[in-house]
Amino acid sequence: MDNSNIYLPHLMEIEKITDEAPGVRTFRLKFKNEEEAEAFDFKAGQFGEYSAFGEGESTFCIASSPTRKGYIECTFRQAGRVTSGLSKLEEGATMGFRGPFGNTFPLDEWKGKSLLFVAGGIALPPMRCVIWNALDTRENFKDITIVYGAKSVNDLVYKGELEEWEKRADVNLITTVDPGGETPDWKGQVGFVPSVLEKVAPNSDNTIAIVCGPPIMIKFTFPVLEKLGFKDENVYTTLENRMKCGVGKCGRCNVGKLYVCKDGPVFTKAQLKDIPPEY
Amino acid sequence: MEKLYINKNGLDQWFKQMIKGGSHVYAPVQGRDKVDFKRVTELSEVASDFVQTTQSIKKAVFPKAESLFSYQKSGKNVEVQDFDALSVSDKVLWKIRPCDAAGFASLTGIFNWDYKDKPYNTRLEKTTLVSFSCSKSDSYCFCTSVNGGPGSTVGSDIQITMLPGEGALVEVLTSKGKALVELSADSFEQLSKEIDKELYLAKVPVHFALEQVKEKLSVAFDSPVWQQQSERCLGCGACAFVCPTCACFDIQEDAKGSAGRRIRCWDSCGFSLFTLHTSGHNPRPTQSTRWRQRILHKFSYMPERIQKMGCTGCGRCSRACPVDMNILEHLTSIAE
Repeated sequence: MDNSNIYLPHLMEIEKITDEAPGVRTFRLKFKNEEEAEAFDFKAGQFGEYSAFGEGESTFCIASSPTRKGYIECTFRQAGRVTSGLSKLEEGATMGFRGPFGNTFPLDEWKGKSLLFVAGGIALPPMRCVIWNALDTRENFKDITIVYGAKSVNDLVYKGELEEWEKRADVNLITTVDPGGETPDWKGQVGFVPSVLEKVAPNSDNTIAIVCGPPIMIKFTFPVLEKLGFKDENVYTTLENRMKCGVGKCGRCNVGKLYVCKDGPVFTKAQLKDIPPEY
Repeated sequence: MEKLYINKNGLDQWFKQMIKGGSHVYAPVQGRDKVDFKRVTELSEVASDFVQTTQSIKKAVFPKAESLFSYQKSGKNVEVQDFDALSVSDKVLWKIRPCDAAGFASLTGIFNWDYKDKPYNTRLEKTTLVSFSCSKSDSYCFCTSVNGGPGSTVGSDIQITMLPGEGALVEVLTSKGKALVELSADSFEQLSKEIDKELYLAKVPVHFALEQVKEKLSVAFDSPVWQQQSERCLGCGACAFVCPTCACFDIQEDAKGSAGRRIRCWDSCGFSLFTLHTSGHNPRPTQSTRWRQRILHKFSYMPERIQKMGCTGCGRCSRACPVDMNILEHLTSIAE
């Protein structure tokens, strides 16, 4: 029997801190132990339990792409005790990480297809991992379209990367902010993500849609995708249920017979139809 | 399986050897108004006449609060100290009920169905379960409705059935049980004739057909029954805390200055904070949705996912409920 302690975190050094938006930060993390770094591997969609020693653990996705080796990144908004504790840490400080946990986006199955990413607010991080993974293996996919919105211009995360994607000829990026969230020099769209998506009307032929955002955004985005002709099995999302252990024991993320931490966080819209709506 | 006989003196002798061997023995002890598990050193301390302890003894393998690891911060560095397996003592759980022993089988399912849980497994490996079959039951008991029984040996290392007079039948069920018997091999005798254990067991009526309940539950998610049954639920969590199979837990920090430990502590799906997101969104926002989760998790999701029931019919949740919610009544009404 594997006798390692699944609750014991890897020690990580914060290599770089990037301020993304008010209260939102990205940490680039490096394993302090080289053997652990060597043994570590993950796939797009997986998550981890990140800890601030003295405060506790929080669940976030791995926001960097598995194609970028030697580090992982997480992006979080300061909201509760743990994220406040993490926000106080400086570059060079030590924090904890357990993972990778959960299932993955099946990028291998998507080869030869077009990808449509639809994200809202702080939900771009789980998608950023997939976006970079797809861009780093660009030859595997046809069109790549990203529709990303936030409350205001200030709330958009990964501003540098948005600029980079904007410039690329092989990416079609549409950014939008909620009405009232625009600035005088804002060149993107103004409107909520579902209605902007409807206006952009991407082709659903041979296309996979990946949707991440607050529950309300997902609720209004699904019918738009349906109207555009996306089949339920070609629409992917991630569930964000509360978690503690991350390994299918503590009971928090149990929905029907599934554990979001084990069977998810990645689900198709078709799979969601088979489980109770407790997410 | 080996069956042996032991008389009163033999029992005394064997018990003394267990204590002498350094095991921590936990057994039901009569308190002022309830019987509960306590560490004992003499057989005479063990309660003799009781149906059920108020609390289960799951804390022997899944403590109310336990350290998963500890750490020490210094400047930008942190040093961690893994869970200390050596600090776990050998335990004998004496005179647990068959429904308690069955609870351990469910817990093991939860803690090991996928990833293996080291703190749990370390404690379980060092614990020997000696169940006593039941000669008495009460109206809260329903083990026979959930695949158990007053003489069920599921989960036990040893089962003892007290016989008329002062002797007992000892069923040695596992290698751990055998090792415990061997501490005092002289205390036991071979059976002179076959003993029909059934004669000495309580008669616990079957109240509902489990398969029928499961079938009804598989289509009951949107039923009004959850609202009706949970109208008076206080969400206090007593049912989960006394339950031998409830294993939902929280992970919290216990820190002081630069040192601390990460602890695991009991939690309950009945609490409103259990699934609450930081954003304020709650996937199970009302007590009825949480009551439904409790029942479906135990009787529908667990059997389907890990092939274990989340209920052993011990009846503790109903005895402990401050507003007299009775799980047996609720399940019976679902079956009808």
